[in-house]
Amino acid sequence: MGLLKQKHLIGLKDISKEDIELILKHAFSFREILDRPIKKVPTLNGKTIANLFFENSTRTKISFELAERRLSADTINFAKNTSSINKGESLKDTIKNIETMKIDCIVIRHNASGCCYHIKEYVDCVIINAGDGMFEHPTQALLDIMSIKEKKGSIKNLNIGIVGDIYHSRTARSNIFGLTKLGANVMLCGPANLVPEDMKEFGVKINYNIDEVLEWADVVNVLRIQKERFNSNFLPSSREYRNAFGITKERLKKIKKEIIIMHPGPTNIGVEIDNYVVESDQSIIFDQVLNGVAIRMSVLYLLLSSK
Amino acid sequence: MKINKITKKILLKDGLIIDPFKEKKFKGSILIENGFISKISNEISDEDCEVFDCKNLIITHGFCDIHAHFREPGDEDMETLESGAFSAMSGGYTEVCVMPNTNPTIDSPETIKFIIDKSKKLPVSIFPIGAITLGQKGKELTEFYEMNKTGAIAFSDDGIPVTNSNVMRIALEYSKPLGVPIINHSEDLFLKNEGQLNEGILSTKLGLKGNPDISESIMINRDLEIAAFTKGKLHIPHVSCKKSVDWIRLAKSNDEINISAEVTPHHLAFDDTNIIPFDTNFKVAPPIRTFKDRKALIDGLIDGTIDCIATDHAPHSIEKKTNPFEFAPPGMIGLESSFGVINKILSVEKLPIEKIIKLLTNNPRKIMKLNQDLFKIGTLAQITILDKDEEWTFNKDFIFSKSHNSPFINNKLIGKIKSVISKSFIFTR
Repeated sequence: MGLLKQKHLIGLKDISKEDIELILKHAFSFREILDRPIKKVPTLNGKTIANLFFENSTRTKISFELAERRLSADTINFAKNTSSINKGESLKDTIKNIETMKIDCIVIRHNASGCCYHIKEYVDCVIINAGDGMFEHPTQALLDIMSIKEKKGSIKNLNIGIVGDIYHSRTARSNIFGLTKLGANVMLCGPANLVPEDMKEFGVKINYNIDEVLEWADVVNVLRIQKERFNSNFLPSSREYRNAFGITKERLKKIKKEIIIMHPGPTNIGVEIDNYVVESDQSIIFDQVLNGVAIRMSVLYLLLSSK
Repeated sequence: MKINKITKKILLKDGLIIDPFKEKKFKGSILIENGFISKISNEISDEDCEVFDCKNLIITHGFCDIHAHFREPGDEDMETLESGAFSAMSGGYTEVCVMPNTNPTIDSPETIKFIIDKSKKLPVSIFPIGAITLGQKGKELTEFYEMNKTGAIAFSDDGIPVTNSNVMRIALEYSKPLGVPIINHSEDLFLKNEGQLNEGILSTKLGLKGNPDISESIMINRDLEIAAFTKGKLHIPHVSCKKSVDWIRLAKSNDEINISAEVTPHHLAFDDTNIIPFDTNFKVAPPIRTFKDRKALIDGLIDGTIDCIATDHAPHSIEKKTNPFEFAPPGMIGLESSFGVINKILSVEKLPIEKIIKLLTNNPRKIMKLNQDLFKIGTLAQITILDKDEEWTFNKDFIFSKSHNSPFINNKLIGKIKSVISKSFIFTR
């Protein structure tokens, strides 16, 4: 067992508040290392980590790889296109075979919700969820929380809006579970067919009016409209989406108070967010990217070090 | 546990005999000679007999399951007619109707004959249900008359809904003279929208696509309308939600309508708060719904809106079930655990044992027009002996099925099958 109360990082649904706070604390320490001229530490020397990305990814994959190398771990990478998955090998067989080659940790992204719950039934190594279907993306939410904390000092009692396609978003789910645990007030906004009413059960509010949400919020996390997940006509057009829910230059200028704008990336410029907003002083989108490396270093360190 | 051919006279001595057909209950003994019931009385001499002491046990009709999947032909690694028959017998069943979603589909008199021939020597009676349409494709009707003559007891496209309302209308009209039920898996596939769990708090929390209850109730309502319009014989399988129960209750208030409905043990036993996150053994079609729905199913069963219990026994290999939730096939096995599960639930609801037994014997036989007067002297014995109060933990040792996909494993059940007599075979523990 590592230094957390749990063996794996599968999601923020089941993690304790104390573990979240421990991850954040160490992430801020690793964040300082990233500003040094020599960014590498020997912490995970001799550990082997497999990055298994069954779904496309740019920043999460690079961020994990960087975090692993900064901690001196050995890494192997797996790409869906060149693997035996194309020969019809089952997920279980693939994972079992990779683990047999003496791997300490699997970082996995997969299009099936709950795939880490499935994998943990038959592997012994540490599992880190890098995004599974519509379920969770815990390191993304942790880096979001870290970035808010960096600006605001504390999460408790902050008003945080999450805007976009909540239904399909693992980032939204992990943020909701994590932020409510830390005492934030969360409000969801987006097209009514993409914001499930049942989300209210998790202690969040729903408001379909973006201008009201922007007035209310201290922080707004703008989700990407994930067109590739759509299997029916969820949205009529990007124009309509931008006018109804987009964080536009005009909307940003209208807000009277200071507000922080976040986005997990990649952005659809001109749809859910304007370039002006991305590059404005209120945006912390690039801080999020850097904090992502620190958060992943922290998670890897805490899960792979021994007591 | 063993199943043997009966060679001697058998005396079932001093049990509580419950006859669900004549609605009688009395202490007595039953004598079986050459597999046939030869005497039922208070006092029978046990000379030359193999005697089974049935003190404190109930002797009743063998159960009848009108909805099971035995996977033969095509997927014999998961179940065969033989393993399915053993599984059924150990669960107290002596008659089973099997669904046609095999490979190939049971959609011709020849394939019906294959099931009939292969089942002849098995210890329980197996009745094939033929497909409504060729290849379950929902387009061209199969040969109902020819298949019925060969042994098809009902018609169903099994897990694939008859989407085209006019095909459903024609099936209900065309089958009328045969008097056999049309069974439609009621689910509007557009509303289902690849749903993996009941749409609600759990599906939202787990990021799994939700299947709303209206995907079922809307199609059940459609089918009830068509049944009323055509006066055809409609049977509604595995009802899962309150809205459907309400529609069926309303339809049954019309005396002219010829409809029946079933519910599974798992829809009676579980609601979505019992589901272990991402445990594929809980993945079934239709999905397990909410507490309110579960309560409505129990109420519907008690007030007669739902006629009977059927297992929807659906074996799947461990390889198929060991997959991420959305890639695992729906279904669970149910024959072995059925009585212990429903007896446990319905006895809590204060439903007397003779009423529970009716839901497993008389009522399903009535739907399929099978002989219900099983305690008539001279009848080939179909008898189940059970202890309604025994508490036991269901585990893999109790499973005869080739597959083990059951969320009831390690659950405590109440009520156990002790012995079963069927087709001159006897099952004993």
